[in-house]
Amino acid sequence: MRLDSVGKRFANGYAALEDFSLDLAPGRFTSLIGPSGCGKSTVLNLVAGLSDPTSGQVSWGSAGKPDIGFVFQEPTLMPWATVEQNVALPLTLAGRPVSIGEQLAKVGLTDFARAYPRQLSGGMKMRASIARALASHPALLLLDEPFGALDEITRYDLIDQLLALWMEHRFSALFVTHSITESVFMSQRVVVMGGKPGRVLADIAIDEPYPRLPGFRAEPRYAAWCGQVLDALRSAA
Amino acid sequence: MSKFWRILLPALVGALALSAWEISVRVLDVPLFVLPPPSAIAVSLAQDLPSLAESLVFTLKITLGAFLLASAAGVSLAILFAHSRLAERALMPYAVVIQVTPVVAIAPLVILWTGLDNAWAALFILATLVAFFPVLSSSLLGFRSVDRGLRNLFRLYGATPWQIFWRLELPSALPHLLAGMKVAGGLALIGAIVAEFVAGSGTATGLAWRIVESGNRLNMPRMFAALLLLSATGILIHVALSAVEHLLLRHWHESKLKSD
Repeated sequence: MRLDSVGKRFANGYAALEDFSLDLAPGRFTSLIGPSGCGKSTVLNLVAGLSDPTSGQVSWGSAGKPDIGFVFQEPTLMPWATVEQNVALPLTLAGRPVSIGEQLAKVGLTDFARAYPRQLSGGMKMRASIARALASHPALLLLDEPFGALDEITRYDLIDQLLALWMEHRFSALFVTHSITESVFMSQRVVVMGGKPGRVLADIAIDEPYPRLPGFRAEPRYAAWCGQVLDALRSAA
Repeated sequence: MSKFWRILLPALVGALALSAWEISVRVLDVPLFVLPPPSAIAVSLAQDLPSLAESLVFTLKITLGAFLLASAAGVSLAILFAHSRLAERALMPYAVVIQVTPVVAIAPLVILWTGLDNAWAALFILATLVAFFPVLSSSLLGFRSVDRGLRNLFRLYGATPWQIFWRLELPSALPHLLAGMKVAGGLALIGAIVAEFVAGSGTATGLAWRIVESGNRLNMPRMFAALLLLSATGILIHVALSAVEHLLLRHWHESKLKSD
């Protein structure tokens, strides 16, 4: 996937992005980090095709636009449908046969398949949302600050689960966050954004092996990576 | 409060009030045509039940028909307005006109058009007009309140317009739809009765006519009996619609959740 000097100006004249370029190689875990309002979410919406760029273009490799999964900031579940029906939505809408047992099992929601969203905790709702995004086996998973509203313990659990899923399926992941530690812990590459309208401040390759175990957080190298990202973020100011 | 008390308490209050009514009417020797005692009303209800039931069926048919038509028209227009600003701009002012015009004021006109021989048609039209607006405005709010995130999700997965309507918009709007219909159920009954009062005579033989007739003949017990049937009908409509609402929303809607 490739964003080629893309710009996005909203109807009210506000420019969220200007001359923004980004390449994504398949199968990589990339984080997009930046302060609030720098256009991170706009990038995701452009990639997903939920909005069109006002200049530049989004282009795809020879295989064309892949199946895309999207995890929003909010769990965004249908309150009137069971967990099962929610997770199966991408398949139902595409008229494809529904088989989501595996996805539910991987996020530990098998026992809650028939439950309604209101019966779930915040972390479980987000897990259902991730399972739904993966239901159609997408080649590209977009995540928009999915863990922002969760407590830290739940967040660590979900990070581990998401990484395990990524290692198994090796989809391309574009993870938008404003947490330095999250971006460093999870990604192979951290793209630092800043400014208004948003632009790329730094592109840092996190050269660390997987699986990334919780012990990684205690390593000096981890702190060094975090420091590097922080410096890049501050360079904008 | 236990379920036992929740039922017993209002029943007890009712029984006390009825007893007080019965006793004071008898002690103070109030004439029957001013205020009949509950016992006389009960007797009248039992005696006149066959003829009153006939009137009740007449009123009920009009009420139900008006309710169904008003609901169908209200929901359909709401769907149209939700999808087309142009249609809303063009038609909404007229829907408001229908809403703000008192039914009593247009009743004579409608009755004139349908003719006194077809008074039932006039009642049907008037009851529908009264019941229609709450369904429209409430449903429109419902169709407009669809979660933005879910809308994006459906778009992302390439949902067809029909899928968006059936799987997203309709379930989102359902609580509002039902709230509007609950109001419409009561209003259809009121509309049917008010219109019949205005029609006064002719071929309309519903409960309103029985009330007018009993009043003219100073037969207060029967007037009260008709009134009692009328209230019971209103309560029944409300209970039935609440039950439907409960059945459809109990699993997921905030209003149906027990606080725990």
